Amino acid sequence: MDFELNKKQKDIQKAAREFAQGELKDIARDCDLNETFPPELIRKAGELGFLGAFIPEQYGGAGLGFLEHAIILEEFWKVDPGLGQQLCSTTFGSEEFILFGTEEQKQKYLPPLASGEAMMGFAITEPDAGSDTSSASTSAQETEHGYIMNGSKTMIGNGTVGRYLVVFALSDPDNESRAQRHSIFVVETDTPGYEATRLHGKMGLRASDTASIFFSGLKLPKEALIGTRGKGFYQLMQFFDRSRAYVAAHGVGLAQGAMDLAIKHVKGRVQFGRKIASFQATQFKIAEMATRIELARTLTHKACSLLDKGKSDSKVTSMAKMNAARTAVEVVDEALQLHGGYGYFNDQDVERFYRAAKVLELYEGAKEIEKIIIGRHVLGRY
Amino acid sequence: MDIIVCVKRVPFTQEVDLEIDKSGKSIVTDGLAYVINDWDGYAVEEAILLKERIGGNVIAVTVGSEDDEEVLRRALAMGADRAIRIDTCGRSLDGLVVAKAVAAAIKGFPLDLVLTGVQADDDNQAVVGIMLAEIMGLSHAAVVRGIEPEEGSLKVRVELEGGIDEIRQVKLPALLTIQSGINEPRYVSVMGIRKAAKKELKVIGIDELGLSEADLALATEIEEVYLPPETGGAEMLSGDPSKLARAVIEIMRRKGVAV
Ligand SMILES: Cc1cc2nc3c(=O)[nH]c(=O)nc-3n(C[C@H](O)[C@H](O)[C@H](O)COP(=O)(O)OP(=O)(O)OC[C@H]3O[C@@H](n4cnc5c(N)ncnc54)[C@H](O)[C@@H]3O)c2cc1C
Repeated sequence: MDFELNKKQKDIQKAAREFAQGELKDIARDCDLNETFPPELIRKAGELGFLGAFIPEQYGGAGLGFLEHAIILEEFWKVDPGLGQQLCSTTFGSEEFILFGTEEQKQKYLPPLASGEAMMGFAITEPDAGSDTSSASTSAQETEHGYIMNGSKTMIGNGTVGRYLVVFALSDPDNESRAQRHSIFVVETDTPGYEATRLHGKMGLRASDTASIFFSGLKLPKEALIGTRGKGFYQLMQFFDRSRAYVAAHGVGLAQGAMDLAIKHVKGRVQFGRKIASFQATQFKIAEMATRIELARTLTHKACSLLDKGKSDSKVTSMAKMNAARTAVEVVDEALQLHGGYGYFNDQDVERFYRAAKVLELYEGAKEIEKIIIGRHVLGRY
Repeated sequence: MDIIVCVKRVPFTQEVDLEIDKSGKSIVTDGLAYVINDWDGYAVEEAILLKERIGGNVIAVTVGSEDDEEVLRRALAMGADRAIRIDTCGRSLDGLVVAKAVAAAIKGFPLDLVLTGVQADDDNQAVVGIMLAEIMGLSHAAVVRGIEPEEGSLKVRVELEGGIDEIRQVKLPALLTIQSGINEPRYVSVMGIRKAAKKELKVIGIDELGLSEADLALATEIEEVYLPPETGGAEMLSGDPSKLARAVIEIMRRKGVAV
């Protein structure tokens, strides 16, 4: 058992850190205020190999693993969760191509993601199907030439800026099993019948794009099907087994970034004639934060390492994601506390981190859903 | 053009409260993050820019321990062709010994240009580059802010005191110490890191370079390291911002800063 990153991983971590410091830090607050991100940023990150590090080399990717992907994302989130989210989202769902796609789909859809030329997203959630994904009713009805898609999705990353999305849709509504009614399709967003509206007013991660999507009679060719018809739900679960592992790294990065901000603040702020860092109450807070972050990072790296060894483990991945999200929420709360009233104003970065944290317990499976998965694995039959 | 670029790994000390260690001759380094010396980052970038422009070969050299290889891998990832680490073999070194070691290690290499940073962030001596040039008998220029390759020589822009630059012709082979800001160092890419893993990184012990004990003897010794004493004399101004600004400018004038 080796708990140390290897040299290459450490070099990648440093490279990502330098990129985040140089490219994210100065624009983060404005991007949050204006609900925007510079498209060139995606291009730059792609050229440097920071996007979707797990995409195989033969499809233009860095050909690394989920651990490297997580390491990069932690560095980005440490500097700014909003831009970190956007830089993660552009390859979100590409796992479906890698795991289940045809050679043509891989050749067509993966290289532009790795280079940062195109962005994608994964459209799962619907107004009436959130945690209960198998209730998704966006339909993909088979026709002579392919499928016709109707319905709507909500809270979808890159809905308005993505070049294509993978969409979880109801293709076999009459199947007896709820788990065999869906399929996953790739939808190019310039197809007639596709409409997306950007959602405004997000509490955090405001730099990132989130949209509502409407499909009205959108025609899909047969080749738009990814993987096996009727197996969409299983394919979706396999996606979550991966994505949750690196979404855990979002939480680790956010927590580390928040603690770093708090440390800087307590070393500068003087009250009662001494640095507030000198109060043992402060030291205890920092000690708690640092320990929780270390634990969250270790579990995240474990989940990612298992994936990279080909041992996908829903339980460990769910634990990593749930724990890292909780860590982020609690650490950022204390980090803001240590800033005092100043932390409540948006000229302090910790304010932005605070608003960003909560979503980690909601998306990629709300924490209750992770608990259901963990509980099922641990308890087994009863 | 055959270029050697010297790099050093230094502790990242910005925004860090440094502590003096028990010996009183060094700082506590536990928990410090390490980075490439800022100036050296520019020197590596300049070497690679020259290579990209006129072709050639770039070798990165450092003197240090295995941990210091990080900065060599960084140079390789940015585009250097190969790297050499001179292992300290457990010796303490000073600027002169480092210069001698580098000179011995690269002796006989085809060489047009050696680049170093002006100085290193950690001990700010700014001596290794110039001493290396003297030992190797190379023409040299220090604090270089621009390089224009010409036939058999370089036209270099050297930073002088008081914001004045001087353009100088330097015959090759030469050594230049590079000032920060000469270029904009590229980011290290993931692909670069992957390529770097396949490039040669050679390790030579300082004891294997044919240097005598006399050569390796320290010429300088650190007697004491201390934090600068806190000085008084801060002048607190108060009042409305427009008056404050005027007062600040007045002080700057008085001290000879503002024009
Ligand atoms: C910023 C942001 C970005 C997003 N990006 C995407 C995206 O790119 N693609 C996408 O498809 N979706 C995305 N989502 C949607 C997200 O995945 C959903 O919000 C999430 O799955 C929860 O669904 P819901 O909001 O409908 O909540 P509900 O499912 O309505 O849940 C409400 C509450 O009930 C609890 N609950 C539900 N069922 C159970 C149960 N069986 N047992 C116990 N408790 C339960 C939940 O845990 C939660 O606390 C995004 C959301 C946000 C906020």
